[in-house]
Amino acid sequence: MTEFLNYLISGISLGSVYAIIALGYTMVYGIAKMLNFAHGDVIMVGGYVSFCAVFYLDLPGWLATILAIIVCTVLGVVIEGLAYKPLRQAGTLAVLITAIGVSYFLQNAAQLIWGTSTKSYASVMPGNLSLGGVTIPYISILTIAACLIIMVVLTQFINRSKLGKAMRACSEDKGAAQLMGIHVNRTISMTFAIGSALAAIAGVLLCSSYTTLNPTTGSMPGIKAFTAAVFGGIGSIPGAFLGGILLGVIESMAKAYLSSALANSIVFAVLIIVLLVRPAGLLGKYVPEKV
Amino acid sequence: MLKVNDINVYYGAIHAIKDISFEVHPGEVVTLIGANGAGKTTTLQTISGLLHSRTGSIEFMGENIMGQPAHKLVGKGLAQVPEGRRVFLQMSVEENLEMGAYTQPKSTVAAGIERAYELFPRLSERRRQVAGTLSGGEQQMLAMGRALMSNPKLLMLDEPSMGLAPILVEQIFDIIRNLHKAGTTILLVEQNAQMALSVADRGYVLETGKIVSTGTGAQLLNDESVKKAYLGG
Repeated sequence: MTEFLNYLISGISLGSVYAIIALGYTMVYGIAKMLNFAHGDVIMVGGYVSFCAVFYLDLPGWLATILAIIVCTVLGVVIEGLAYKPLRQAGTLAVLITAIGVSYFLQNAAQLIWGTSTKSYASVMPGNLSLGGVTIPYISILTIAACLIIMVVLTQFINRSKLGKAMRACSEDKGAAQLMGIHVNRTISMTFAIGSALAAIAGVLLCSSYTTLNPTTGSMPGIKAFTAAVFGGIGSIPGAFLGGILLGVIESMAKAYLSSALANSIVFAVLIIVLLVRPAGLLGKYVPEKV
Repeated sequence: MLKVNDINVYYGAIHAIKDISFEVHPGEVVTLIGANGAGKTTTLQTISGLLHSRTGSIEFMGENIMGQPAHKLVGKGLAQVPEGRRVFLQMSVEENLEMGAYTQPKSTVAAGIERAYELFPRLSERRRQVAGTLSGGEQQMLAMGRALMSNPKLLMLDEPSMGLAPILVEQIFDIIRNLHKAGTTILLVEQNAQMALSVADRGYVLETGKIVSTGTGAQLLNDESVKKAYLGG
């Protein structure tokens, strides 16, 4: 039983990281209607920035996290402005290929700057909490709490704030949004800024849990989080949250009780089954294409 | 108030608008009528900044606004109710109205919403409902109320009667008459020439991207060629 609880908590914690990343994916998809495959690599950049801040500048973990958030936010806005904005009228394939290109660019740039060897990352919150027989790393508690807070704040922001409502308007109809006086390009930039800030937080939490960091650190969690976003219903914020948590728990349980080598395959098999039954994902709305 | 001078708009190689010039004076209701594909919507979208002309100028309140992006023109007092209404279907009625007031100072939004509800009491009953659940007529009212939220100096309406039952068309045109009485300047694009000319001070007839005739609403209603082409006899 304690073993099960340990795996469950570790799954929820991993799922929380996926959920934070998936929120970025889903917001960008919802508003810019594009899959930003470079999103996972922004996580890796966040990891390196916080790593350097702690290792070279001797900054405390929280300050390193803030620094990572700032750098990634700027990076996200720059990527959007340089790579995606010129393609606003282009076909979806051109944008998709560009996103993949940006992803490789970031990985290779990281190799040049920080080298290919794996760095050992010091957790921003080391130590464990023992409750009966269950050992919970503090970083897991922090991760789950961070995910819940982000989820609540983001939902409030999207539903209540002026910018959040403008984002929903852009997501539905960019032309009509422009006729309201909404600066659509700026709204899209803001979406990238928020998504990238979340990626930075995810990067710090992820590296703190796994304590390793290399230039491809972000790619697998990025793909998993994308899967989580699709799983929950891409474009839906509660969907990204639910999808992330479920994916983390499934992965953790598969590793524990089935096979750690097959864990990823099991995760993706579950995705395929869900999409066969519910093509729009768990909480997504299926909107038939109008012709 | 609005002076369109020799605009030419292309869709790729297709020359959609050919040397169109016309004017709208303060307080007037001016209508552009014409068949499907004549270029009416293209003209409106060019004025509102969604499309761009290769030549000429568009003067609004004495300023050349040609080439300025759509979102900037809203703050200058130009509002468009787009063809097909295009309300935000997943947002509530009230949120749609708030979006209409995007360029307005926050302190005036609540009063603007109350004014919209006075004008369209039906919307008030449905304020918490998402716009996707409204009927076509209610969506048209919402689209008009939303455009009025920006306190426009010129309101451009693109096919407000499209797809509505005759009784609702009457209602929408009554609202246009009331707005006219209250002093709102309106540029109205319509396929329903009869209705449009009956509310308009002046009208322009568009045919394949060109203005082919102009006159007061009454003159055009009695014009033989207009009667033949657009009024069913």
